[in-house]
Amino acid sequence: MDLTVANLTVARGGIAVLEGVSFRLGSGRALVLRGPNGIGKTTLLRTLAGLQPAVAGEMSVPPESLAYAAHADGLKAVLTVEENLRFWASISGTQAAEAAMAAMNLQELRDRRAANLSAGQKRRLGLARILVTGRPIWVLDEPTVSLDAASVALFAGVVRAHLAAGGSALMATHIDLGLAEAEVLDLTPFKARRPAAGGRVGAFDEAFG
Amino acid sequence: MGALLIRDLRLAMRAGGGFGLGLAFFLLVAVLVPLGVGPEGDVLGRIAPGILWVGALLACLLSLDRIFALDFEDGSLDLLATSPIPLEGVVAVKALAHWIVTGLPLTLVAPGLGVLLNLPVAGYGWLVLSLLLGTPALSVIGAFGASLVVGVKRGGLLLSLLVLPLYVPTLIFGAEVVKRGAAGQAAEVPLLLLAGITLGAAALLPFAAAAAIRINLR
Repeated sequence: MDLTVANLTVARGGIAVLEGVSFRLGSGRALVLRGPNGIGKTTLLRTLAGLQPAVAGEMSVPPESLAYAAHADGLKAVLTVEENLRFWASISGTQAAEAAMAAMNLQELRDRRAANLSAGQKRRLGLARILVTGRPIWVLDEPTVSLDAASVALFAGVVRAHLAAGGSALMATHIDLGLAEAEVLDLTPFKARRPAAGGRVGAFDEAFG
Repeated sequence: MGALLIRDLRLAMRAGGGFGLGLAFFLLVAVLVPLGVGPEGDVLGRIAPGILWVGALLACLLSLDRIFALDFEDGSLDLLATSPIPLEGVVAVKALAHWIVTGLPLTLVAPGLGVLLNLPVAGYGWLVLSLLLGTPALSVIGAFGASLVVGVKRGGLLLSLLVLPLYVPTLIFGAEVVKRGAAGQAAEVPLLLLAGITLGAAALLPFAAAAAIRINLR
C-alpha cells in the first residue's frame, strides 16, 4: 500500500509548523524523517495517524492503515507483558501476540508486570504492540529511545522483515537503525513561515474547525 | 470492545486500581450520618432516601477523573483513538466499566446501609431499583465530564464543578423514588423519569464525549 502525502500543512497549538510536506512511501520502503528538535516531526506523525486534522494538503490512505507508536508506550504498569500485548492484539482483532513476543525477545518476561520492566524492556514491549496491530504502514516516533545496541539491531531486523513482507515504515529518529535501504527526508526546508512573514495563523476556534 | 472492558475491570481490581474507594466512601457516609444526626428513628427514616442518594452520587464522583486521566497519561488514549474501535465505543465501554466498579457495588450494599439509616421497610425495593436505574446515568454523565478535562492536570475540581449540575436531575428523581416508595406512595413516575435520564444519557453522551476527547488529544 503506497502512502502519498501531498502538500501537507500541519499545525501545533494553532500555529503552522510544517507546510508543503510532500513525499511518497511505497510498500517495502522505509523513510526516516530528520530535522532539529521542534521542527514538527511528532506533529506530522500525529497528523498522519489521524490524531489531529491537517491544516491543508492530502494523504492517499486513510489513517486506519497506519500503526502509530508514540513516545509513550501505552503500557499498564499492573498488567503483565503478556496481558498488555494480548489486550492490544484483541483491540486490533489479531492473534499475533505470541509472534510479537518472540520477535521482540519478550518471551522470558511474559509474566512480569510492566512496572518491573527496565526502560529498554518497556520500549521493546511498546514496539511489540506495533506488530500486533496488523497494519501495513508503521509510523514510529523515536522508536529507539532507551534501547541498547542489541535491541536496536533486533528492532531493525523486525522492521526489515516487515518491509520484506510488503509493509512500509515512516520513522522519526536521530539514531541510525542500520537500515541501508531507508531513504531520508529532511524536514528543514518545509518549516512553516512565521505569521509575521505571511505564514498561517490559527483561528481562535481552532478546536472546532 | 470486550477486551477493553476486561482490561479496565482487571486494572480496577489490581493494586491501586481504585476499586472500593467509592464503596468505602458510601459506607462512611451511611455510618457517620446516624452518629451526627442522632438516634431518633423517625428523623433518620425521613432523611434516609436523600442521604443514601447523595452518598451514592458523591461516591461516584470520587473516581470519575480516573476514567480517562490514567489512559491519557500513559499514552493509551492516543493509541485507542488510532485503534479500529470507534472512540464512541471506547467511551461507552469505559463508562460501563466505571459503573460495574462503582455503581453496581453501591446498589448492592445500599439495602444494608438503609438499615443503619432506619429506612422504612417499604423503601428497600425502591432503593435498589432506583440505584440500579440511576447510577448508570451517573457513570455516563461522569465519563462525559471526564472527557472534557482530558489533559488538564489536576482536573478533578473542574470536573466536579462541570458534572454536579448535570447530576442534579438524577439525584432529585432518584431520591424521590425512594421517598415515595418508603412512604407507601406511587413511585412509578419518578422511576420512569430516572430511567429516561439514564437511557438518554447513555444514547447521546458517548458521542459528545468522543468529540471532546478528539479535540483534547490534538
